[in-house]
Amino acid sequence: MCLAIPMKVVKIDGDQGMVAAGGLTRKANFILMKDIKPGDYVLLHAGFAIAKVKPEEARQTIKLIREL
Amino acid sequence: MKYIDEFRSRALTSRLISRIRSVADEGREYRYMEVCGTHTMAIFKYGLRELLPRNIRLISGPGCPVCVTPLEYLDRAIAIAGLPKVIITTFGDMLRVPGSSSTLENERAGGKHIKVVYSTDDALDIANRNTDKEVVFLGVGFETTVPTVAASIMSAAKQGIHNYSVLCAHKTMPEALGAIMAHRDARIDGFLLPGHVSAITGMKPYGFLAKRYGAGCVAAGFEPVDMLQAILMLMEQKRPIVEVQYKRIVDPLGNRLARKAIEKVFEKSSSEWRGIGKLKNSGLRIRKEFSRFDASLKFRVKTVRPREDKSCICGAVLKGIKTPVDCKLFGKKCTPADPVGSCMVSSEGTCAAYYKYGRR
Repeated sequence: MCLAIPMKVVKIDGDQGMVAAGGLTRKANFILMKDIKPGDYVLLHAGFAIAKVKPEEARQTIKLIREL
Repeated sequence: MKYIDEFRSRALTSRLISRIRSVADEGREYRYMEVCGTHTMAIFKYGLRELLPRNIRLISGPGCPVCVTPLEYLDRAIAIAGLPKVIITTFGDMLRVPGSSSTLENERAGGKHIKVVYSTDDALDIANRNTDKEVVFLGVGFETTVPTVAASIMSAAKQGIHNYSVLCAHKTMPEALGAIMAHRDARIDGFLLPGHVSAITGMKPYGFLAKRYGAGCVAAGFEPVDMLQAILMLMEQKRPIVEVQYKRIVDPLGNRLARKAIEKVFEKSSSEWRGIGKLKNSGLRIRKEFSRFDASLKFRVKTVRPREDKSCICGAVLKGIKTPVDCKLFGKKCTPADPVGSCMVSSEGTCAAYYKYGRR
């Protein structure tokens, strides 16, 4: 039930906006987030953005494993 | 998809597996609980148990909201669905859960107004479009979901929507993990903490698991690379501490805005966990200030105290004390098509995962 996926912010206007991933675009509610802009990736859960994806951390995680 | 495919990479997975093999001490058993139902599903789907050395045991935890929602809640939801001019709105995974004598799916087939929604925003839309009806949302889920329900209640209050309410069975994770560790049969060395719950709560609420109970904690993502890395991190901890593997998503401080929304609308209460029992401070109820949105106060319905099947061991499974194969109903009287216990009902349930993917 806590399923959530990273989606790219396409449009944002106040609390409402559009996000996209894997060819799918859908409405998203941004009321639980601040400082989000188009191009950011957010974690979408049940129609709400609940976290911002940190690209640098994603890169670091992969780098760290490659160096094991 | 970005931020998903990279974390399913075979090259990274093999690297992690060989590292885990070299770190593992053959003389001991590592017992780690994957807390979240989504973890359980991913572990089976990607065959992670088969890839790990045999002395690393993954034990499924209580993080399947549908599984721990008491029967009585479903009976209440079904009773409310039977009232005139009511529309029940719910996430899809509640539909097939058996109450004492029926399911929401059966009730819908019988003509009751039960609509599956993807988001609480959809439920509010339905309320706006049906002002002559009462729209009830079934509020089930943990900290990941709760802020979205809190937001819907705040939004209804702000917009003056009077025909929307929530039947609340929300639960919080840290208290349940504490109860598992406090049990005398608990043999858990560490937790793969639920990544999306942690994105909201931050890491502070889990500190006591390491300090008081000596259980290592790593907030883990849901892709194979994430879970294997989290297991490796647990194995390499010198002493039990709380760490984050899922750094691209989880801020150790959590999502403050989301927590503020939760605190504004809800307050802590004791809560009944199906199969586990009543746990102090493990639930959330709607504050007095928002009581007009509380469906349990708005609709007085009678339910009888339901009886669970005595031979079902879902409780011990949810606590990680037993596994589904220890149950004599498993795969015989209890199957996904005709479930007896809650762990067989949800696709995220431990028994359903064992049934679908095999039984080690």
